[in-house]
Amino acid sequence: MSGFAYEKDGDGVATVLIDMPGSVNVMNADFMEGMEGTIKSLTEDPDVVGVVLASGKKTFFAGGDVKGMAAMPGEGYNKMLTQGVMRGCDLFRALEKLKVPVVAAINGAALGGGYELTLVCNHRIAWDDRSVKIGLPEATLGLLPGGGGIVRLTKKFGLEKALPFLLKGKVVPAAKALEVGLIDETVPSVDDLLPRAKAWILEHKDDPNAAVQPWDLPGYEIPGGDLSNPAVRGLINSSSFKLFEETRGLLPNKPLILDIAVESLKLDLDTALKIESRGLVSLIISPVTKNMMSANFFQMNEIKRGRSRPEGFERATVNKVGVIGAGMMGQGIANVSAMAGIEVVLKDVSLENAEKGKAYTEGLLNKALKKGNIDEARKEEILGLITPTDNNADLAGCDLIVEAVFEKLELKHQITEEAEGQLVDGGVWGTNTSTLPITRLAEASKDPSRFVGLHFFSPVDRMALVEIICGEQTSDETLAKAFDYVRQIRKTPIVVNDNVGFFTSRTIGAQIWEGLQMVGEGLHPLRVDNLAKAFGMPVGPLTLHDQISLRLSIDVAKTQREMGLIKEGENSRPLATELVNSLVAQGRGGRSYGGGYYDYTDGEKTIWPGLIEQYYRPDFEISEEDIKDRMLFAPVIESLKCLQEGVLRSVADANIGSLLGIGAPAWTGGYVQFINTYGLQRFIDRCDELAERYGERFKAPTIVAEKLAAGEQFV
Amino acid sequence: MSSHAYIYDAVRTPRSKGKATGALHEVKPIALISGLLRELQSRHDLDTSRVDDVILGCVAPIKDQGTNIAKCATQYAGWDERVAGVQLNRFCASGLEAVNTASQKVVSGWEQLFVAGGVESMSRIPMGSDGGVVVFDPEYLIGQRATPQGIGADLIVTIEGWTREDVDAYAVESQRRAAHARDNGYFDKSVVPVKDHNGVTILEKDDFIRPDTTVEGLSKLRASFAYGTQNGMDATALSKYPQIEKINHVHHAGNSSGIVDGASAVLIGSEQVGHDLGLTPRGRVVAGVILGTEPTIMLTGPGPAAEKCLAVAGLKKEDIDLWEINEAFASVAMRYMKDLDIDHEVTNVNGGAIAMGHPLGATGAILVSTMLDELERRDLKRAMLSMCVGGGMGVATIIERV
Repeated sequence: MSGFAYEKDGDGVATVLIDMPGSVNVMNADFMEGMEGTIKSLTEDPDVVGVVLASGKKTFFAGGDVKGMAAMPGEGYNKMLTQGVMRGCDLFRALEKLKVPVVAAINGAALGGGYELTLVCNHRIAWDDRSVKIGLPEATLGLLPGGGGIVRLTKKFGLEKALPFLLKGKVVPAAKALEVGLIDETVPSVDDLLPRAKAWILEHKDDPNAAVQPWDLPGYEIPGGDLSNPAVRGLINSSSFKLFEETRGLLPNKPLILDIAVESLKLDLDTALKIESRGLVSLIISPVTKNMMSANFFQMNEIKRGRSRPEGFERATVNKVGVIGAGMMGQGIANVSAMAGIEVVLKDVSLENAEKGKAYTEGLLNKALKKGNIDEARKEEILGLITPTDNNADLAGCDLIVEAVFEKLELKHQITEEAEGQLVDGGVWGTNTSTLPITRLAEASKDPSRFVGLHFFSPVDRMALVEIICGEQTSDETLAKAFDYVRQIRKTPIVVNDNVGFFTSRTIGAQIWEGLQMVGEGLHPLRVDNLAKAFGMPVGPLTLHDQISLRLSIDVAKTQREMGLIKEGENSRPLATELVNSLVAQGRGGRSYGGGYYDYTDGEKTIWPGLIEQYYRPDFEISEEDIKDRMLFAPVIESLKCLQEGVLRSVADANIGSLLGIGAPAWTGGYVQFINTYGLQRFIDRCDELAERYGERFKAPTIVAEKLAAGEQFV
Repeated sequence: MSSHAYIYDAVRTPRSKGKATGALHEVKPIALISGLLRELQSRHDLDTSRVDDVILGCVAPIKDQGTNIAKCATQYAGWDERVAGVQLNRFCASGLEAVNTASQKVVSGWEQLFVAGGVESMSRIPMGSDGGVVVFDPEYLIGQRATPQGIGADLIVTIEGWTREDVDAYAVESQRRAAHARDNGYFDKSVVPVKDHNGVTILEKDDFIRPDTTVEGLSKLRASFAYGTQNGMDATALSKYPQIEKINHVHHAGNSSGIVDGASAVLIGSEQVGHDLGLTPRGRVVAGVILGTEPTIMLTGPGPAAEKCLAVAGLKKEDIDLWEINEAFASVAMRYMKDLDIDHEVTNVNGGAIAMGHPLGATGAILVSTMLDELERRDLKRAMLSMCVGGGMGVATIIERV
């Protein structure tokens, strides 16, 4: 097996340069076979006094083969999988037990399995460079740090210090890794790595413990103590409940990580490793992990690689962007653009308003400054990019203008007419809207082919998604430019076609209105709101609708009716409409109107008693399972309709859009991926059941039966 | 063959604060319980070789309470070597579980004479120091949503819509009743002073009671489980109660059972053995039951257990003269009275664990002595004893005078 050969120098130090075929070194069958052979030779070679583990790639070691794992069949292969994972652990253990010291020479990213490989070494030296990232990010992919990551880091650091790295998947650059103790040494130049590693081995020639891990020495005590320490017990107890609150009991990997870390406190290394391996297998075969890996890894990469971006157009860069409207959305768009190094002209009706919009960025920068994330120079640099103005002429020369004014057709038309001329030749006009049709908005434009919808989410600086909406006449070139801009500001773009509510608003709307329908039917409003959280929504539909504002919903519906976009008598959730109308009539317009479903006093929200008095019927009962499924299936069905009607162009956009934009529970892997692991036939059957009980709107769109008949999944 | 389990006597130690400053901290748990065994022996001139088994509740059976303290105690007390001993753990109900188990054995006819009771030196072995699944097993804690009992106690208050004033008023009344009973000698028949090896008294009567407690005074105490809002415990418990907005945290040291040291022992046997040994029965155990309820709220078992016990005994609520519910928390007693629709006038007539403390493994058998004494004093017939139990269980026992 090539890629695992070692060279011995005159001092007897062997350097294993891992250089597997392909762009990275990964933990797969080839690796195991190659390393097993190398370890055997090293063991049998009497002249070897130490081993340096190095990489022939830009990264040190990429760890587990995520692609290989996701391809694993779910059931029936548990034994095979377990043996495979344990073989890897045994291999690492054999390296760890070599009679001579092993030093990891970390020249690039050592993440996940990469860092786990260094943990079996006796000493870790890294090149002090920003490209050298260290950490165990498995938890963020729905997995756990197998390969001894949980067990060894817990034994090395103790529970309290290990948990943040294990549970949060925190990744740090080499300097920080040294500071916290993840590695032992750094060198300023990559050329110093091997000499320094060899030197360390020679320096420790007479140290009998240099080749022995601390946890393999008799009497080793884990830092911070074990379960006999009340502080450790307290930490376990409170960490458990915090994890329940965080995962709502829906994501198996983090509770499992904590459990295995605790087992590592109690048990010897080899036994704990077995438990860790079995835990990893349980995740690999679980539908939740499948969902999360499919969305967070494969589909996210697909989107970032530009599957939804039309081909044949050179990558465009925005040098100057105009943002019209310095309200909540406009100031956020200005912020993220400036952060990406783009010159921004922020225009509002008055200079004062525009300056207020710029001050928003200043506020965010001050916070970052306080945290030490940026320095004063960087702050000034970013602020210098934003020019507030009340004058359209300042927009001259913009490659892109994003209009982010109030959701009124006439107003948006007027602004388009006034400012469009300031764009450079071939410049793009973007409109930020969540409800108005792009095709209609584009009517005011001289060139609707260069007009596109850019639906940002609030707060813009924190929400990763931008929904790009193509009007009827939006050109492919314009779409490609819009796509490139979204990537330029480091956001994730999905691309949808023009339709009432596009994809995200329409889908979240279905969920909100289904929740409201149930309150209208007589269920306790808190039960409805909290059960949405129970299946993983960030907040319940009533809380969310209070934030959006009930009054806005009525205004939007009115506008859409007037525009002929929705018709009277087509309402499948009439009780929800009645509820909202009645509440608004009673002055309960939403949070910004002093209260809606909830009262808001001193920052605390309590349910409005009137809602219970007027709507709650204690004798009316729906099972918890049905309540949850109604609120989950409503957006899932809406997503499928968007796919079926061609509003969505890809399954990946559906999943990533629902996860990043409208809070789809992480365990679903997105509202369409959910069906794959739920089972297509089971989904159709459950839809039928819900349709029979609660209305035809729950019938599964025909696309599901079509996929089923074709023996396919939604990919 | 006997068909009844007779209570020949019931004794207990006084209870004292379960801290290093408590009067009983200097006494080993084995000495606490052995003092009661010797008292039973001397009161009745008991031929201890006739005792089949000593069944003792103990919730933290480690360190000074480890290695089967029941058998150790029989030896330590100088009882006949033929007496066996077993320690059991049904959490807070262990003492009553010991009484029920001994009674069942007597009724079965397999064995004739038992001591059932319990011991807990909470000052020496703090609650939870034995560790275990509900202390440090994340898989269980998360999977079962096993929040601490105080969260459940506050959840009961929230569901019932009670207030801090309601639970504090209950606590004040418990103090008043306990002080009145102690000061008027209602406990004297049962309470055996704890003495040192030289016969010098260490503690004669309950010293945990605070008769001057007022609602206003209690209102100054901080709610003990308010941290639940911060550390995920409330969210965990509420996931089972979606209709509840947030938990109203009202319990504190003053309206929850006190942490104390103490022990108890009840002599239970068949009619025949009583006849043989010249013992006069003071009462009998009519029935005893156990059941499980929703584990996260944990503390709602006593009401259903009492109902089940009535059904087993073939009795009605009207047949019960006095009710005794362990005051683990004020809300537990209040919920019990509400569930059974019984009056506070006939419930916990001499106060309870809020005033006198709850030495976990011992309390159940203490309730037997308290009720037996009171039935005799009032010349009444029957009492129901109930307790909430960790993990979501309820235990109940009916005793009657004969």
